[in-house]
Amino acid sequence: MACPADATITMIMSRSPTPLLPIVWLLLSWPLSLAAGEPVTIDVLYLQQQLPAKPVLSNLRPKPADSGLAGARQGLADNNTSSRFTGWFYQLTPITSSDPDELLAASEQWLAAGNQYIVADLPTATLKALMQRLTKANQALVFNAGNSDDSLRRDDCRAYLLHTAPSRAMLADGLAQFLISKRWNQWLLVVGLQPEDQLFAAALERSAQRFGGKWVDRRQWQTQSDLRRSAQKEIPRLTQARDYDVILVADEPGDIGEYLPYNSWLPRPVAGTQGLTPTAWHWSIEQWGAAQLQSRFQQLAGRDMNATDYSAWLAMRALQEAVVRSHSQAREAVYHYLLSEQFNLSAFKGQGLSFRPWNGQLRQPIPLVQPNAVVSQSPQEGYLHPVSTLDTLGFDKSEVHCHMNQPVAAG
Amino acid sequence: MQSLVNISRNLLLASSIALPYTLFCTSATQAEVAYISNEKDNTLSVIDLDTLSVVNTIEVGLRPRGITFSHDYKKLYICASDSDAVQIMDVASGRIIANLPSGEDPEQFALHPNDRLLYIANEDAAVVTVVDTESRSVISQIDVGVEPEGMAVSPDGRWVVNTSETSNMLHWIDSDSQSLVDSTLIDQRPRHVEFSHKGDTVWASSEIGGTVAVFNVAERSLQHLFRFQIPGVHRDRIQPVGIQLTGDDRYAFVALGPSNHVAVIDVAKMEVIKYLLVGQRVWHLALNSDESRLLTTNGVSGDVSVIDVDKLRVIKSIRVGRYPWGVAIKP
Repeated sequence: MACPADATITMIMSRSPTPLLPIVWLLLSWPLSLAAGEPVTIDVLYLQQQLPAKPVLSNLRPKPADSGLAGARQGLADNNTSSRFTGWFYQLTPITSSDPDELLAASEQWLAAGNQYIVADLPTATLKALMQRLTKANQALVFNAGNSDDSLRRDDCRAYLLHTAPSRAMLADGLAQFLISKRWNQWLLVVGLQPEDQLFAAALERSAQRFGGKWVDRRQWQTQSDLRRSAQKEIPRLTQARDYDVILVADEPGDIGEYLPYNSWLPRPVAGTQGLTPTAWHWSIEQWGAAQLQSRFQQLAGRDMNATDYSAWLAMRALQEAVVRSHSQAREAVYHYLLSEQFNLSAFKGQGLSFRPWNGQLRQPIPLVQPNAVVSQSPQEGYLHPVSTLDTLGFDKSEVHCHMNQPVAAG
Repeated sequence: MQSLVNISRNLLLASSIALPYTLFCTSATQAEVAYISNEKDNTLSVIDLDTLSVVNTIEVGLRPRGITFSHDYKKLYICASDSDAVQIMDVASGRIIANLPSGEDPEQFALHPNDRLLYIANEDAAVVTVVDTESRSVISQIDVGVEPEGMAVSPDGRWVVNTSETSNMLHWIDSDSQSLVDSTLIDQRPRHVEFSHKGDTVWASSEIGGTVAVFNVAERSLQHLFRFQIPGVHRDRIQPVGIQLTGDDRYAFVALGPSNHVAVIDVAKMEVIKYLLVGQRVWHLALNSDESRLLTTNGVSGDVSVIDVDKLRVIKSIRVGRYPWGVAIKP
């Protein structure tokens, strides 16, 4: 193995503003020895709360037990391949439980040992509880890889909490841009029974307002009959309305949405949580070198990479980028670098990803997929933004009510 | 290994004497031809550079990407990525005569000036494989970063430089010892790497970073960083990939991917002097022997743009197969 101690790394600032050029030049021409002679190992905690499966009417394929964690493992493997040259090594400590108190206690114990990086796949209540405990101890940076709750990006953002998973608002905006580009702007909304279905519906309503979708009607699913036997009778009645271009479905657990296509009153496409779906990642993505990540993941996990896996992979990769480029494994330096304009992460979506400093959300394109293929990727052409076209997806600065309470810039 | 290095020096000497003579002879008798690898057709398109038309299509292995000629132009090496092989095509007959043991998923490669050692980037395996094309055996495998891609050998044969797309590094390999000497961090998703003909600088493109870095080879330090701005094109679409320098190191041409432009750099001034509109998602570039023509492969539009180098103007588009990737020109 190449000796990390001997490696000399020259740093390049990826988006240096022009006035800083002389300083950047100084940095560029200044060879930096890494890891001060000794390889450093950074331990990352993977925290996952197992949730009881919701009862659904359809025949769902069960979610893999290592969903998310396998993505973090892939990120770990990728990071450690580079570690031979950088001197920073990573290890992963997974803790999985259905009991939030157990998870919180375990994370406190783990942090007390001097660790500082967490990748979390937690429901909102547990994630907030975790952040509250951390604020007191003030010693961890948390990457949210599994929670798409809009409130965490708009009303309840926290310092040291970064979101690699896209918000519902980003997903809904990605879909809405596509529908409007197609001029399918008359929408019928069908909403499922779960609280998160209401949240997804709210995100769709926000997107409609932003991009000009018109609601023909909103239908709340109520019937408890087994749709596997009666979809052909129930769905036409549920979707009977004056003409619409597309049915938008908000059904995150997959209770009824799978039965909407082909059973609707009018012969119209279905989009949302089923049909044409906005997502962080899908196994059929192969552009921009994604085929390489997909095949690495297949070899590692023996299955396809899903959206949570991808978000967890992103968290590990973002951490490594910040450590290597900021030349530090200290939380302050890493956090500051992640939120800076220099941070730019290549992640197989055709453009560099970066964090929004106003709410800690990772900007990223949103693929729109059907079960076996990518249909499109948003932002759609023509949706412009003064800073980044990616900021046409999700909450822009002016929409955010919370404050990140950023640490004082280190330099 | 020492004997190979000696062979390389002798060959270098021999070829520098013989080359002008051969060029003169062949250009009088037959037209130059360009070979284009079509990634999603598993074929090569052959373009006659006199008539600027496709004269032949040759079936090769799966997902052909990087292609390069042996020094005598009798053999064409083809990275058939999904066949996990580097194929050798007999140029005269257009037949595949051998598969080299290449390691998994070869994407790009570079031929050492000794005309014998091929350095292959194995994208899925995070290694560079060194193959002796005469004995058709693997001499060495060198661990590099995640998704090795670009590959170049310095004109004096001393340095082999490889880029790793996900580790975001240039890896410097000493070709005498076949070992990794240094790794240099560069911008996101480095793709192509190319030495100047003098060998004093090495140029590397970063697709997602949107930059081209020029490194001083002696010090392995950054000398210049190019950014690109095309009026009316969003910066996210400006994604540098292929790089080609003229033999006198006067111009550097950079293919800018989905921006559908090629940047022309005046190397003496280290300045972008022009952007040329070509086909969609321009990937790689090659000059013909007298450097009057530059060919670009345009993946999405499935064609090749022909650029008049004196006038710096695009003069023709030639339809080839699906997703043209690499280009190599035979005098």
